[in-house]
Amino acid sequence: MAASPETLRRTPLYDRHEAAGAKLVPFAGWEMPVQYTGIRDEHQAVRTDVGMFDVSHMGQIETRGRDAAGLLQRLLSNDVRKIPEGGAQYSVLCREDGGILDDLFTYRLAEEHFLTVTNAANHRGDFDWFARHAGDFDADVVDRADDYAMLAVQGPRAPELVRSLSDGRVPARFHCCQRTLAGVPMLVCRTGYTGEDGVELLIDPDRAPQVWDALVEAGATPAGLGSRDTLRLEVCFPLYGNDLSTDRGPIEASLGWCCKEATGFIGSEAVARTREGGPREKLAPFVIDGPGIPRQGNPVVGGGEVTSGTMSPSLGVGIGMAYLPVDRTEPGTRIEIDVRGRTRDGIVKKKPLYSKEA
Amino acid sequence: MAEASYPEDLLYHPEHDWARVDGEEATFGITWYAQDQLGEVVFFDPPAVGTAVTKDEPYAEVESVKAVSDVFAPLSGEIVAVNDDLGDKPEVINDDPYGAGWMVRIRMSDTAEADALMDQAAYTQSLS
Repeated sequence: MAASPETLRRTPLYDRHEAAGAKLVPFAGWEMPVQYTGIRDEHQAVRTDVGMFDVSHMGQIETRGRDAAGLLQRLLSNDVRKIPEGGAQYSVLCREDGGILDDLFTYRLAEEHFLTVTNAANHRGDFDWFARHAGDFDADVVDRADDYAMLAVQGPRAPELVRSLSDGRVPARFHCCQRTLAGVPMLVCRTGYTGEDGVELLIDPDRAPQVWDALVEAGATPAGLGSRDTLRLEVCFPLYGNDLSTDRGPIEASLGWCCKEATGFIGSEAVARTREGGPREKLAPFVIDGPGIPRQGNPVVGGGEVTSGTMSPSLGVGIGMAYLPVDRTEPGTRIEIDVRGRTRDGIVKKKPLYSKEA
Repeated sequence: MAEASYPEDLLYHPEHDWARVDGEEATFGITWYAQDQLGEVVFFDPPAVGTAVTKDEPYAEVESVKAVSDVFAPLSGEIVAVNDDLGDKPEVINDDPYGAGWMVRIRMSDTAEADALMDQAAYTQSLS
Protein backbone atom coordinates (compact mmCIF):
# COMPACT_ATOMS: atom_id res chain seq x y z
CA MET A 1 0.00 0.00 0.00
CA ALA A 2 1.30 3.42 -0.90
CA ALA A 3 2.10 5.87 1.84
CA SER A 4 -0.48 8.57 2.44
CA PRO A 5 0.09 11.77 0.45
CA GLU A 6 1.11 13.71 3.58
CA THR A 7 4.17 11.56 4.06
CA LEU A 8 5.35 11.67 0.43
CA ARG A 9 8.42 13.75 -0.33
CA ARG A 10 8.52 16.25 -3.16
CA THR A 11 11.48 17.13 -5.34
CA PRO A 12 12.49 20.78 -5.85
CA LEU A 13 10.84 20.53 -9.28
CA TYR A 14 7.39 19.63 -7.97
CA ASP A 15 5.92 23.00 -8.98
CA ARG A 16 7.31 22.60 -12.49
CA HIS A 17 5.67 19.18 -12.79
CA GLU A 18 2.32 20.50 -11.63
CA ALA A 19 2.53 23.45 -14.01
CA ALA A 20 3.38 21.11 -16.90
CA GLY A 21 0.24 19.06 -16.19
CA ALA A 22 2.05 15.97 -14.91
CA LYS A 23 0.21 13.02 -13.41
CA LEU A 24 1.92 12.58 -10.06
CA VAL A 25 2.09 9.20 -8.37
CA PRO A 26 3.69 7.79 -5.22
CA PHE A 27 7.03 6.15 -6.00
CA ALA A 28 9.52 4.93 -3.39
CA GLY A 29 8.18 7.45 -0.87
CA TRP A 30 8.19 10.35 -3.32
CA GLU A 31 5.49 12.06 -5.30
CA MET A 32 6.85 11.73 -8.83
CA PRO A 33 5.61 12.53 -12.34
CA VAL A 34 4.60 9.34 -14.17
CA GLN A 35 3.75 11.22 -17.36
CA TYR A 36 3.04 14.71 -18.72
CA THR A 37 1.37 14.46 -22.14
CA GLY A 38 1.60 10.70 -22.56
CA ILE A 39 4.05 7.84 -22.15
CA ARG A 40 4.37 7.12 -25.85
CA ASP A 41 5.10 10.71 -26.86
CA GLU A 42 7.67 11.04 -24.11
CA HIS A 43 9.23 7.69 -25.02
CA GLN A 44 9.46 8.80 -28.63
CA ALA A 45 10.99 12.17 -27.68
CA VAL A 46 13.83 10.35 -25.92
CA ARG A 47 14.37 7.85 -28.76
CA THR A 48 14.44 10.49 -31.50
CA ASP A 49 15.16 13.89 -29.95
CA VAL A 50 15.68 14.81 -26.29
CA GLY A 51 13.68 14.15 -23.14
CA MET A 52 14.30 15.18 -19.56
CA PHE A 53 13.52 13.27 -16.37
CA ASP A 54 13.47 14.56 -12.82
CA VAL A 55 15.24 11.79 -10.91
CA SER A 56 15.86 13.82 -7.78
CA HIS A 57 14.39 10.99 -5.72
CA MET A 58 17.63 9.07 -6.28
CA GLY A 59 20.18 9.24 -3.47
CA GLN A 60 23.89 10.00 -3.35
CA ILE A 61 26.62 8.74 -1.05
CA GLU A 62 29.96 10.49 -0.97
CA THR A 63 33.04 8.45 -0.10
CA ARG A 64 36.31 10.25 0.46
CA GLY A 65 39.63 9.76 2.17
CA ARG A 66 42.96 8.07 1.72
CA ASP A 67 41.38 4.64 1.48
CA ALA A 68 38.09 5.59 -0.21
CA ALA A 69 38.88 3.32 -3.16
CA GLY A 70 39.67 0.48 -0.76
CA LEU A 71 36.32 0.80 0.99
CA LEU A 72 34.39 0.91 -2.29
CA GLN A 73 36.39 -2.03 -3.61
CA ARG A 74 35.16 -4.00 -0.60
CA LEU A 75 31.52 -2.90 -1.10
CA LEU A 76 31.02 -2.75 -4.86
CA SER A 77 31.15 -5.72 -7.22
CA ASN A 78 33.13 -4.05 -9.99
CA ASP A 79 36.83 -3.17 -10.01
CA VAL A 80 36.68 0.30 -8.51
CA ARG A 81 40.42 0.84 -8.96
CA LYS A 82 39.87 0.80 -12.71
CA ILE A 83 37.72 3.96 -12.59
CA PRO A 84 39.86 6.85 -13.80
CA GLU A 85 39.49 10.30 -12.26
CA GLY A 86 36.40 11.74 -13.89
CA GLY A 87 35.19 8.24 -14.75
CA ALA A 88 31.96 6.36 -14.00
CA GLN A 89 31.27 2.70 -13.37
CA TYR A 90 28.24 0.47 -12.85
CA SER A 91 28.23 -2.17 -10.13
CA VAL A 92 26.01 -4.00 -7.68
CA LEU A 93 26.13 -3.95 -3.90
CA CYS A 94 25.86 -7.48 -2.49
CA ARG A 95 25.33 -9.14 0.84
CA GLU A 96 27.68 -11.92 1.94
CA ASP A 97 25.33 -14.48 0.36
CA GLY A 98 25.44 -12.61 -2.98
CA GLY A 99 21.88 -11.23 -2.69
CA ILE A 100 21.71 -7.84 -4.40
CA LEU A 101 21.16 -4.85 -2.12
CA ASP A 102 21.24 -2.28 -4.92
CA ASP A 103 22.64 -1.49 -8.34
CA LEU A 104 24.61 1.72 -8.57
CA PHE A 105 26.67 4.11 -10.64
CA THR A 106 29.83 5.39 -8.97
CA TYR A 107 31.64 8.50 -10.18
CA ARG A 108 35.26 9.15 -9.32
CA LEU A 109 35.45 12.90 -8.81
CA ALA A 110 39.11 12.81 -7.72
CA GLU A 111 41.71 10.23 -6.74
CA GLU A 112 40.29 9.90 -3.21
CA HIS A 113 36.77 11.21 -3.78
CA PHE A 114 33.76 9.24 -5.08
CA LEU A 115 30.04 9.82 -5.47
CA THR A 116 27.70 6.82 -5.67
CA VAL A 117 24.10 7.18 -6.89
CA THR A 118 21.55 4.95 -5.16
CA ASN A 119 17.98 3.90 -5.89
CA ALA A 120 15.54 5.95 -3.80
CA ALA A 121 13.96 2.96 -2.06
CA ASN A 122 17.37 1.56 -1.09
CA HIS A 123 19.19 4.75 -0.18
CA ARG A 124 18.82 4.53 3.59
CA GLY A 125 19.86 0.87 3.67
CA ASP A 126 22.77 1.46 1.30
CA PHE A 127 24.08 4.33 3.37
CA ASP A 128 23.87 2.30 6.58
CA TRP A 129 25.70 -0.55 4.82
CA PHE A 130 28.43 1.82 3.63
CA ALA A 131 28.74 3.39 7.08
CA ARG A 132 28.85 0.02 8.84
CA HIS A 133 31.83 -1.11 6.78
CA ALA A 134 33.66 2.21 6.68
CA GLY A 135 35.24 1.65 10.11
CA ASP A 136 37.81 -0.76 8.68
CA PHE A 137 39.09 1.88 6.25
CA ASP A 138 40.59 5.33 6.35
CA ALA A 139 37.58 6.80 4.57
CA ASP A 140 34.50 8.87 5.36
CA VAL A 141 31.06 8.24 3.95
CA VAL A 142 28.55 11.08 3.85
CA ASP A 143 24.87 10.93 3.02
CA ARG A 144 24.46 13.55 0.28
CA ALA A 145 20.92 12.72 -0.84
CA ASP A 146 19.56 16.06 0.37
CA ASP A 147 22.31 18.01 -1.36
CA TYR A 148 21.48 17.10 -4.95
CA ALA A 149 18.62 17.40 -7.35
CA MET A 150 19.17 15.16 -10.35
CA LEU A 151 18.05 15.54 -13.96
CA ALA A 152 18.53 12.95 -16.69
CA VAL A 153 18.65 14.60 -20.13
CA GLN A 154 18.46 11.77 -22.63
CA GLY A 155 18.16 11.28 -26.35
CA PRO A 156 20.25 11.57 -29.51
CA ARG A 157 20.16 15.37 -29.37
CA ALA A 158 20.83 15.60 -25.61
CA PRO A 159 24.61 16.16 -25.70
CA GLU A 160 24.29 18.95 -28.27
CA LEU A 161 21.48 20.62 -26.32
CA VAL A 162 23.40 20.45 -23.04
CA ARG A 163 26.54 21.71 -24.76
CA SER A 164 24.63 24.74 -26.07
CA LEU A 165 23.81 25.81 -22.47
CA SER A 166 27.15 24.89 -20.98
CA ASP A 167 30.52 26.55 -20.45
CA GLY A 168 32.46 23.62 -21.85
CA ARG A 169 32.42 20.30 -23.66
CA VAL A 170 30.16 17.49 -22.56
CA PRO A 171 32.20 14.67 -20.97
CA ALA A 172 32.83 11.45 -22.89
CA ARG A 173 30.66 8.34 -22.35
CA PHE A 174 30.97 7.04 -18.75
CA HIS A 175 32.79 10.17 -17.66
CA CYS A 176 31.79 13.16 -15.58
CA CYS A 177 33.03 16.70 -15.02
CA GLN A 178 32.14 19.94 -13.34
CA ARG A 179 30.37 22.44 -15.62
CA THR A 180 28.26 25.55 -15.42
CA LEU A 181 24.99 25.16 -17.23
CA ALA A 182 22.44 27.96 -17.53
CA GLY A 183 24.53 29.82 -14.95
CA VAL A 184 24.42 26.98 -12.43
CA PRO A 185 27.49 24.94 -11.45
CA MET A 186 26.86 21.21 -11.49
CA LEU A 187 28.27 17.75 -12.06
CA VAL A 188 27.60 16.59 -15.64
CA CYS A 189 27.75 12.80 -16.11
CA ARG A 190 27.57 11.04 -19.48
CA THR A 191 25.40 8.22 -18.17
CA GLY A 192 21.74 7.26 -18.30
CA TYR A 193 19.06 4.62 -18.11
CA THR A 194 17.34 4.82 -21.49
CA GLY A 195 19.69 3.20 -24.00
CA GLU A 196 20.14 6.59 -25.67
CA ASP A 197 23.03 9.00 -25.48
CA GLY A 198 22.62 11.65 -22.82
CA VAL A 199 23.72 13.05 -19.50
CA GLU A 200 22.71 13.08 -15.89
CA LEU A 201 23.05 16.37 -14.04
CA LEU A 202 23.66 16.65 -10.28
CA ILE A 203 22.58 20.08 -9.13
CA ASP A 204 22.12 22.17 -6.00
CA PRO A 205 18.38 21.60 -5.26
CA ASP A 206 17.71 25.31 -4.83
CA ARG A 207 18.91 26.02 -8.35
CA ALA A 208 17.40 23.01 -10.09
CA PRO A 209 14.23 24.84 -11.22
CA GLN A 210 16.33 27.39 -13.08
CA VAL A 211 18.15 24.57 -14.92
CA TRP A 212 14.86 22.81 -15.68
CA ASP A 213 13.45 26.01 -17.19
CA ALA A 214 16.53 26.54 -19.35
CA LEU A 215 16.38 22.97 -20.65
CA VAL A 216 12.66 23.26 -21.46
CA GLU A 217 13.36 26.56 -23.19
CA ALA A 218 16.10 24.87 -25.24
CA GLY A 219 13.65 22.18 -26.39
CA ALA A 220 13.92 19.26 -23.97
CA THR A 221 10.61 17.38 -23.55
CA PRO A 222 9.67 16.65 -19.91
CA ALA A 223 9.33 12.88 -19.52
CA GLY A 224 8.00 10.87 -16.60
CA LEU A 225 8.72 7.60 -14.86
CA GLY A 226 6.30 5.81 -17.21
CA SER A 227 8.50 6.32 -20.26
CA ARG A 228 11.63 5.85 -18.17
CA ASP A 229 10.37 2.32 -17.52
CA THR A 230 9.46 1.50 -21.15
CA LEU A 231 12.79 2.93 -22.37
CA ARG A 232 14.92 0.97 -19.92
CA LEU A 233 13.02 -2.27 -20.48
CA GLU A 234 13.43 -2.07 -24.28
CA VAL A 235 17.18 -2.06 -23.75
CA CYS A 236 17.01 -4.62 -20.89
CA PHE A 237 18.42 -2.51 -18.07
CA PRO A 238 17.30 -4.18 -14.83
CA LEU A 239 15.18 -2.28 -12.33
CA TYR A 240 15.77 -2.81 -8.63
CA GLY A 241 12.60 -4.03 -6.95
CA ASN A 242 11.44 -5.68 -10.17
CA ASP A 243 14.36 -7.57 -11.68
CA LEU A 244 16.84 -7.25 -8.84
CA SER A 245 16.40 -8.12 -5.17
CA THR A 246 18.19 -9.73 -2.25
CA ASP A 247 16.58 -13.05 -3.28
CA ARG A 248 18.90 -13.45 -6.25
CA GLY A 249 22.52 -12.74 -7.01
CA PRO A 250 24.21 -10.93 -9.90
CA ILE A 251 24.98 -14.11 -11.87
CA GLU A 252 21.27 -15.00 -11.87
CA ALA A 253 20.52 -11.38 -12.84
CA SER A 254 22.87 -11.65 -15.86
CA LEU A 255 25.10 -9.01 -14.23
CA GLY A 256 28.18 -11.20 -14.00
CA TRP A 257 29.94 -8.74 -16.32
CA CYS A 258 30.11 -6.13 -13.55
CA CYS A 259 31.38 -8.57 -10.89
CA LYS A 260 35.12 -8.91 -10.44
CA GLU A 261 35.39 -11.57 -7.73
CA ALA A 262 39.20 -11.24 -7.58
CA THR A 263 38.72 -7.88 -5.83
CA GLY A 264 37.28 -9.67 -2.78
CA PHE A 265 34.11 -7.59 -2.52
CA ILE A 266 31.48 -8.60 0.02
CA GLY A 267 29.57 -11.44 -1.59
CA SER A 268 32.39 -12.30 -4.03
CA GLU A 269 32.76 -15.84 -2.70
CA ALA A 270 29.06 -16.57 -3.19
CA VAL A 271 29.17 -14.99 -6.64
CA ALA A 272 32.27 -17.02 -7.57
CA ARG A 273 30.57 -20.25 -6.45
CA THR A 274 27.48 -19.53 -8.56
CA ARG A 275 29.56 -18.52 -11.56
CA GLU A 276 31.62 -21.70 -11.21
CA GLY A 277 28.75 -24.11 -10.58
CA GLY A 278 26.32 -22.38 -12.92
CA PRO A 279 23.10 -20.71 -11.77
CA ARG A 280 19.81 -22.59 -11.67
CA GLU A 281 17.98 -19.70 -13.32
CA LYS A 282 18.86 -16.53 -15.20
CA LEU A 283 17.21 -13.26 -16.12
CA ALA A 284 16.43 -13.22 -19.84
CA PRO A 285 14.55 -10.81 -22.10
CA PHE A 286 11.66 -11.97 -24.25
CA VAL A 287 9.01 -10.69 -26.62
CA ILE A 288 5.40 -11.83 -26.84
CA ASP A 289 4.50 -13.52 -30.10
CA GLY A 290 0.90 -12.41 -30.62
CA PRO A 291 -1.44 -10.41 -28.41
CA GLY A 292 -1.05 -9.75 -24.70
CA ILE A 293 1.19 -7.78 -22.38
CA PRO A 294 3.28 -9.58 -19.79
CA ARG A 295 3.42 -8.03 -16.33
CA GLN A 296 5.57 -8.34 -13.23
CA GLY A 297 4.63 -11.48 -11.32
CA ASN A 298 3.22 -13.47 -14.26
CA PRO A 299 4.36 -17.11 -13.93
CA VAL A 300 6.20 -18.78 -16.79
CA VAL A 301 4.70 -22.17 -17.62
CA GLY A 302 7.14 -24.90 -16.56
CA GLY A 303 9.06 -22.64 -14.17
CA GLY A 304 10.14 -19.07 -13.95
CA GLU A 305 8.65 -15.68 -13.35
CA VAL A 306 8.24 -12.40 -15.21
CA THR A 307 9.89 -9.58 -13.24
CA SER A 308 9.21 -6.73 -15.69
CA GLY A 309 6.74 -6.45 -18.53
CA THR A 310 5.14 -3.78 -20.63
CA MET A 311 3.94 -2.86 -24.09
CA SER A 312 7.01 -1.70 -26.02
CA PRO A 313 6.26 1.65 -27.66
CA SER A 314 9.13 1.18 -30.14
CA LEU A 315 8.37 -2.43 -31.11
CA GLY A 316 4.58 -2.39 -30.72
CA VAL A 317 4.52 -5.74 -28.89
CA GLY A 318 4.53 -6.97 -25.32
CA ILE A 319 8.06 -7.34 -23.94
CA GLY A 320 9.57 -8.34 -20.65
CA MET A 321 12.29 -9.94 -18.63
CA ALA A 322 11.88 -13.17 -16.71
CA TYR A 323 13.91 -15.44 -14.50
CA LEU A 324 13.95 -18.71 -16.43
CA PRO A 325 15.48 -22.14 -15.80
CA VAL A 326 18.95 -21.82 -17.30
CA ASP A 327 18.33 -24.39 -20.04
CA ARG A 328 15.54 -22.18 -21.38
CA THR A 329 17.44 -18.89 -21.60
CA GLU A 330 18.98 -19.48 -25.03
CA PRO A 331 17.75 -16.83 -27.53
CA GLY A 332 15.05 -18.33 -29.74
CA THR A 333 13.63 -20.57 -26.99
CA ARG A 334 9.84 -20.50 -26.98
CA ILE A 335 8.17 -19.95 -23.62
CA GLU A 336 4.59 -19.68 -22.40
CA ILE A 337 3.54 -17.05 -19.93
CA ASP A 338 0.46 -17.18 -17.78
CA VAL A 339 -0.96 -13.67 -18.10
CA ARG A 340 -3.81 -13.66 -15.59
CA GLY A 341 -5.07 -17.05 -16.68
CA ARG A 342 -4.43 -16.65 -20.42
CA THR A 343 -1.44 -18.41 -21.92
CA ARG A 344 0.66 -16.09 -24.07
CA ASP A 345 3.50 -17.25 -26.30
CA GLY A 346 6.89 -15.66 -25.88
CA ILE A 347 10.30 -15.97 -27.51
CA VAL A 348 13.53 -15.50 -25.56
CA LYS A 349 15.72 -12.84 -27.19
CA LYS A 350 19.22 -11.49 -26.99
CA LYS A 351 19.55 -8.15 -25.28
CA PRO A 352 18.82 -5.41 -26.11
CA LEU A 353 15.27 -5.95 -27.35
CA TYR A 354 15.44 -2.59 -29.11
CA SER A 355 18.39 -1.06 -30.90
CA LYS A 356 18.66 1.76 -33.43
CA GLU A 357 19.76 -0.64 -36.20
CA ALA A 358 16.77 -2.95 -35.65
CA MET B 1 -10.45 13.71 -26.44
CA ALA B 2 -8.55 16.19 -24.36
CA GLU B 3 -11.49 17.71 -22.45
CA ALA B 4 -13.61 15.86 -19.93
CA SER B 5 -17.12 15.11 -21.17
CA TYR B 6 -20.04 13.03 -19.95
CA PRO B 7 -22.95 12.77 -22.41
CA GLU B 8 -26.44 13.25 -21.06
CA ASP B 9 -27.95 10.27 -22.87
CA LEU B 10 -25.83 7.70 -21.01
CA LEU B 11 -26.15 5.88 -17.71
CA TYR B 12 -23.11 5.60 -15.47
CA HIS B 13 -21.67 2.98 -13.15
CA PRO B 14 -19.50 3.91 -10.13
CA GLU B 15 -16.58 1.92 -11.59
CA HIS B 16 -16.50 4.54 -14.39
CA ASP B 17 -18.31 2.56 -17.05
CA TRP B 18 -21.17 3.81 -19.18
CA ALA B 19 -24.21 2.12 -20.72
CA ARG B 20 -26.31 3.35 -23.63
CA VAL B 21 -29.67 1.61 -23.32
CA ASP B 22 -31.64 1.04 -26.51
CA GLY B 23 -34.75 -1.10 -25.95
CA GLU B 24 -33.62 -4.53 -24.75
CA GLU B 25 -30.01 -3.91 -25.70
CA ALA B 26 -27.29 -1.84 -24.11
CA THR B 27 -23.85 -0.75 -25.31
CA PHE B 28 -20.95 -0.47 -22.82
CA GLY B 29 -17.75 1.48 -22.66
CA ILE B 30 -15.56 3.33 -20.16
CA THR B 31 -15.94 6.97 -19.24
CA TRP B 32 -13.66 9.89 -20.05
CA TYR B 33 -12.51 9.81 -16.43
CA ALA B 34 -11.60 6.11 -16.65
CA GLN B 35 -9.54 6.50 -19.82
CA ASP B 36 -7.83 9.59 -18.41
CA GLN B 37 -6.86 7.69 -15.26
CA LEU B 38 -5.55 4.79 -17.32
CA GLY B 39 -3.51 6.82 -19.73
CA GLU B 40 -2.84 5.58 -23.23
CA VAL B 41 -4.71 2.34 -23.81
CA VAL B 42 -2.54 -0.19 -25.62
CA PHE B 43 -4.54 -3.39 -25.36
CA PHE B 44 -8.16 -4.45 -25.10
CA ASP B 45 -9.05 -8.09 -24.87
CA PRO B 46 -12.78 -8.45 -25.55
CA PRO B 47 -14.87 -11.37 -24.32
CA ALA B 48 -16.56 -13.61 -26.87
CA VAL B 49 -20.05 -13.01 -28.25
CA GLY B 50 -22.46 -15.16 -26.25
CA THR B 51 -20.64 -14.64 -22.94
CA ALA B 52 -22.89 -13.77 -20.00
CA VAL B 53 -22.01 -10.62 -18.09
CA THR B 54 -23.19 -9.71 -14.60
CA LYS B 55 -23.81 -6.22 -13.29
CA ASP B 56 -20.93 -4.99 -11.10
CA GLU B 57 -18.64 -7.82 -12.25
CA PRO B 58 -15.59 -7.46 -14.55
CA TYR B 59 -16.16 -8.65 -18.14
CA ALA B 60 -12.95 -7.56 -19.86
CA GLU B 61 -9.54 -6.06 -19.27
CA VAL B 62 -8.11 -2.91 -20.66
CA GLU B 63 -4.40 -2.18 -20.48
CA SER B 64 -2.46 1.01 -20.63
CA VAL B 65 1.30 1.11 -20.95
CA LYS B 66 1.55 1.08 -17.17
CA ALA B 67 -1.27 -1.00 -15.86
CA VAL B 68 -4.07 -3.48 -16.30
CA SER B 69 -7.58 -2.54 -15.30
CA ASP B 70 -10.81 -4.50 -15.10
CA VAL B 71 -13.80 -3.26 -17.04
CA PHE B 72 -17.05 -3.69 -15.10
CA ALA B 73 -20.45 -4.50 -16.52
CA PRO B 74 -22.94 -1.77 -15.60
CA LEU B 75 -25.82 -4.16 -16.42
CA SER B 76 -26.41 -7.93 -16.72
CA GLY B 77 -27.09 -9.87 -19.90
CA GLU B 78 -25.49 -11.71 -22.79
CA ILE B 79 -22.96 -10.23 -25.18
CA VAL B 80 -24.38 -9.90 -28.70
CA ALA B 81 -21.57 -7.86 -30.28
CA VAL B 82 -18.00 -6.83 -29.51
CA ASN B 83 -16.01 -3.97 -30.98
CA ASP B 84 -13.38 -5.89 -32.95
CA ASP B 85 -11.79 -2.66 -34.20
CA LEU B 86 -10.31 -2.11 -30.74
CA GLY B 87 -7.95 -5.04 -31.28
CA ASP B 88 -5.93 -3.05 -33.81
CA LYS B 89 -6.70 0.41 -32.54
CA PRO B 90 -7.17 0.33 -28.76
CA GLU B 91 -6.18 4.02 -28.61
CA VAL B 92 -9.68 4.80 -29.91
CA ILE B 93 -10.80 4.17 -26.31
CA ASN B 94 -8.87 7.34 -25.40
CA ASP B 95 -9.79 9.31 -28.51
CA ASP B 96 -13.51 8.61 -28.58
CA PRO B 97 -14.64 6.78 -25.42
CA TYR B 98 -18.38 7.22 -26.10
CA GLY B 99 -18.33 6.58 -29.84
CA ALA B 100 -15.82 4.45 -31.73
CA GLY B 101 -14.38 3.36 -28.37
CA TRP B 102 -17.47 1.33 -27.39
CA MET B 103 -16.58 -2.14 -26.10
CA VAL B 104 -19.52 -4.56 -26.18
CA ARG B 105 -23.25 -4.64 -26.75
CA ILE B 106 -25.46 -6.92 -24.65
CA ARG B 107 -29.03 -8.12 -24.56
CA MET B 108 -30.18 -7.22 -21.09
CA SER B 109 -31.51 -9.94 -18.80
CA ASP B 110 -33.21 -7.45 -16.46
CA THR B 111 -33.98 -4.01 -17.86
CA ALA B 112 -34.98 -2.80 -14.37
CA GLU B 113 -31.31 -2.92 -13.37
CA ALA B 114 -30.81 0.32 -15.28
CA ASP B 115 -32.70 2.18 -12.57
CA ALA B 116 -29.77 1.64 -10.21
CA LEU B 117 -27.29 3.46 -12.47
CA MET B 118 -26.45 7.15 -12.24
CA ASP B 119 -27.47 9.78 -14.72
CA GLN B 120 -24.96 12.33 -16.00
CA ALA B 121 -25.62 14.80 -13.19
CA ALA B 122 -25.18 12.20 -10.46
CA TYR B 123 -22.04 10.77 -12.06
CA THR B 124 -20.30 14.12 -12.55
CA GLN B 125 -21.24 14.94 -8.96
CA SER B 126 -19.55 11.70 -7.84
CA LEU B 127 -16.33 12.75 -9.54
CA SER B 128 -16.05 16.10 -7.85
